[in-house]
Amino acid sequence: MIEVKDITKSYGRHLALDHISFHVKKGDITGFLGANGAGKSTTMNIITGYLSSDSGEVLINGVNILNNPIEAKKHIGYLPEIPPLYNDMTTEKYLRFIFDLKRVRLPRQAHLDQICQQVGIQDVRGRIIKHLSKGYRQRIGLAQALIGDPQVLILDEPTVGLDPAQIIEMRKLIKELGQSHTVILSSHILSEVQAVCDKIIIIRDGKIAAQGLTDELTGSGRGTRRLRLVIEGREQNIYSLLKSTDHVTHVTKKGETEKGCYEFMVESDTDVRRSLYRSLSRTDFCILTMQPSGQSLEETFLHIISGNEE
Amino acid sequence: MFAIFKRELSSYFSSPVGYVVAAVFTAFCGIFFYVQCLYAGTSNMYTVFQSMFFIVLFLIPLITMRSFAEDKKNRTDQALLTAPVKIPSIILAKFFSALIMLMICISIYLIDGIFLSFVAAPDWSLIFGNIFAMLLMGSSFIALGIFISSLTENVTVAAIVSFGLNIIISMIDTIASTVQWDWLKGALNAMSFQTKYSNFALGIISLSDVVFFISVTALFLFLTDRVIERKRWA
Repeated sequence: MIEVKDITKSYGRHLALDHISFHVKKGDITGFLGANGAGKSTTMNIITGYLSSDSGEVLINGVNILNNPIEAKKHIGYLPEIPPLYNDMTTEKYLRFIFDLKRVRLPRQAHLDQICQQVGIQDVRGRIIKHLSKGYRQRIGLAQALIGDPQVLILDEPTVGLDPAQIIEMRKLIKELGQSHTVILSSHILSEVQAVCDKIIIIRDGKIAAQGLTDELTGSGRGTRRLRLVIEGREQNIYSLLKSTDHVTHVTKKGETEKGCYEFMVESDTDVRRSLYRSLSRTDFCILTMQPSGQSLEETFLHIISGNEE
Repeated sequence: MFAIFKRELSSYFSSPVGYVVAAVFTAFCGIFFYVQCLYAGTSNMYTVFQSMFFIVLFLIPLITMRSFAEDKKNRTDQALLTAPVKIPSIILAKFFSALIMLMICISIYLIDGIFLSFVAAPDWSLIFGNIFAMLLMGSSFIALGIFISSLTENVTVAAIVSFGLNIIISMIDTIASTVQWDWLKGALNAMSFQTKYSNFALGIISLSDVVFFISVTALFLFLTDRVIERKRWA
């Protein structure tokens, strides 16, 4: 659906993007992570045709954005970091303007009604944009991206400046949109990317530092699986039992959590939850907690942007 | 292109700018018309048109100052440049909306002419010739103003620089008279907006003058296109 091949971009002497390549499949929600100035927005601006790359190419649905921008842009809906809103217009007039600008061939009123319903701006359609709150402005920005029902949605920090309730709503909306669109979003909020995206691309200093499925990057796919256990019984006996279970590679004692109950961190090279349950159920030990403990995205991100990735 | 044209035109009247420009133009045109026609007791509007030349120099930057500068400031250029629209279409839409704004102002000439027809016989060919001339010359100033606006994201800077350049353009004749080299004097005189406009104001329509204003307009619109393209590649 989106193919980015070996793109570079310089601003004067500063190399903003250094031979970036990735591929986004149809229906994926892909998250862009990176520190400020890492090149996330530049990449998004190049994908949408707002900026041109110095070298490399971007294909949207097989169409080159540079050679055939008009055709390629028809497939893209873009919500930049600052929503491109005309403050002097009412929401309705603005959305009609974008509809005409994109030369959409769908029935206008029905299409706009459906989008306004979807993003929750029905109440403010007659109001002038400059008088609206940040949350509504962000939603109108999303609405303009959805006009024309583009297959690809590029969302640059879609939840920035929203309050917690609005963030949750926006995430839910993006998840819903992901069912029928290919979505690329950038965010500084790691938990958001982890919660919403199927795939993550981490950019550091204009280069892709890591990319992969969210599960892979957050630990469970990296070969080692970790389980946090709290078990009631004698600590040493539990420890020995855990150590002797097949595929368990390492057990760490974490200490007593409450009277007679001990916490352990078990590392294994495969899923050992069932075998641990069976082993423990044959004894008097009682499992109080068994919780998969992957490396958080925060840990992965910090690890990668500090340059310590393998 | 039509969507942008419509939006730009309506934006003049969703802010005070359009009303202020139209009001100032109408006020000055009214004053000159009263003093130089009604009070002077003549139906010849030549001096009115000559006087309005300088008013237009000051008003056109107000019309064009926001065209690209404000889009850049508010980041609405991202909506325009990521839409399936060609850059020349965006520029032409902004150009024609500014030209229509100017036409709205100029239409006051017709009202003056109609008013004059009640008391005397106005020279309609002179009036229409001047409307045509004002549109041609206005096109050049609008194209220049749009070009300046594309260079900055500050509307005030765009307006001031356009004012400055318009004043220099209006002074080309004066500058030419102080130059000693004949070739430079000739070149400057050939570029004089005022001389060409005066020809129209007198009712002399010359093809070379028409081509001159169209060429200047095309040149600055082309340069605007280059500025926007260059920004994408910068």
